Amino acid sequence: MSEIRVEALTHVYSAGTPFEKTAIENISLSIPSGQFVGLLGHTGSGKSTFIQHLNALLKPSSGTVYVDGEDINKDKKSRRAVKNKVGLVFQYPEYQLFEETVFADIAFGPKNMGLGKEEIEQRVREACGFVGVEEELLQRSPLELSGGQKRRIAIAGVIAMRPGVLILDEPTAGLDPAGCRQIMDNICRYRRESGATVIIVSHNMDDAARLTERLIVFNHGAVAMDGTPEQIFAQPERLVEIGLNVPQSTALAMALREKGLPIAGSIYTHAQLMQALKGVGAC
Amino acid sequence: MDPIIRFENVHFTYPEGEREILCGVDLSIAPGSFVAVLGHNGSGKSTLAKHMNAILLPSSGKVFVRELDTADETKLLDIRRRVGMVFQNPDNQIVANVVEDDVAFAPENLGVPSEEIRQRVDAALRQVGMYEFRMHAPHLLSGGQKQRVAIAGVLAMEPEVLVLDEPTAMLDPQGRLEVIQTVTRLCREKGMTVVLITHHMEECIGADRLVVMSNGAIVADGSPAEVFSQVELMEREGLDVPETTRVLHELGLPTETLDTESCAALIAEKLR
Repeated sequence: MSEIRVEALTHVYSAGTPFEKTAIENISLSIPSGQFVGLLGHTGSGKSTFIQHLNALLKPSSGTVYVDGEDINKDKKSRRAVKNKVGLVFQYPEYQLFEETVFADIAFGPKNMGLGKEEIEQRVREACGFVGVEEELLQRSPLELSGGQKRRIAIAGVIAMRPGVLILDEPTAGLDPAGCRQIMDNICRYRRESGATVIIVSHNMDDAARLTERLIVFNHGAVAMDGTPEQIFAQPERLVEIGLNVPQSTALAMALREKGLPIAGSIYTHAQLMQALKGVGAC
Repeated sequence: MDPIIRFENVHFTYPEGEREILCGVDLSIAPGSFVAVLGHNGSGKSTLAKHMNAILLPSSGKVFVRELDTADETKLLDIRRRVGMVFQNPDNQIVANVVEDDVAFAPENLGVPSEEIRQRVDAALRQVGMYEFRMHAPHLLSGGQKQRVAIAGVLAMEPEVLVLDEPTAMLDPQGRLEVIQTVTRLCREKGMTVVLITHHMEECIGADRLVVMSNGAIVADGSPAEVFSQVELMEREGLDVPETTRVLHELGLPTETLDTESCAALIAEKLR
């Protein structure tokens, strides 16, 4: 629903002090409306710094960020407006729940947007629907719920603002496989039904490869690779060089090639690997 | 060899809880072994871990650490000294402002003489590869480094068993690797008994034994390769299996290997 354009973005922390550190340098890219993007990279590669520029939480040291064609740092008003347009879910967002009831927590964002009571109520219910939180939980204290439920409520709090861009930093960190699947399903559903642009920061290569349309790989504060999962995993050696894990099927495909098997193309899912194995007569 | 930890038909229900969390667990852990316990949230794996050093006591049944009954309050200190625990969140486990003070905290409380504390702290920090950081402030370390300091803090008590309850859940891939390599080395080189509670199947691959928990009971127990080869059972439990096992399983090849290299070799062999 919203598009992002970043031009020559640089951010230097603690500029002019002995602790000066350039976190990202000269990044230019565009993300069209509705795209599902995965950001990959080591801790310290600059991905978190980057996403915090997309809703003006951090101000560029130099460069410009445009959301729907508007410079988001033009003045105080634009910096404020972008916060309703670009929703950011931090890592471990469940630590940021603070209201007495689940309802109040999810309603916090829409309330601050100055919406009416009925509109708020409708948005809270809609957001709950997206993340699969049952209505009977709305009057409970968020602190009584399980880790996975808390995380979904925190995400619902951002979804309730109906952001045109939803950014999630490691949304599945610390959850068990079932919890991870549920959260990723919720995010995919929100994107499908709302048409929002979605950006996820992830260490989970298998998820990133399987779900997104585009992967952007950060390394040392710059964009090292940018393309469809198909394009990125066609050169798995580069990911290994950067020191990132590759999906398990990619790793196995690489090992098979080394054994001289003609496994062709870009392989990053189990189905693709089985298809390729069929092609060489293994099944 | 006599087991170092033994569960005998352990049932557990929280005082005001309705649901039984452990439903008759029998488990013996051999000294010097590396045992991984895998299960989804709510499977009872953390509750199991907390029975190993008397943080929780069975509602019925018995847990023994060597010959010590964990329900015997007079033996509590001895049990805690033998079985050290590391938890999920490194920030909740670090108490001091300097790394080496943090590691010295437990032996100080145990009344260990100061020269010996010095030796233990240095040895513990070396074992986790954090000796060069001994004068650093813990809050400036990475997650993986903090977790290794927490492990050193436990090692300084010179325990016989190290129980880790999802120690990597909050870490990035680099930090996870550091922690898993550290505990594997402690087991292989120092003979430490390691019990690793996790929901990451890839962390279990290097263990001697893999125990799968579901609804408070043990549903699979064997070498990681044996357990993962039960693909249908693992799927039913909502757990992942390594891609290597899945591929070998679907190709009808023996699933005794988990390693990518040997899996590729097996497939290449079949095609020849």
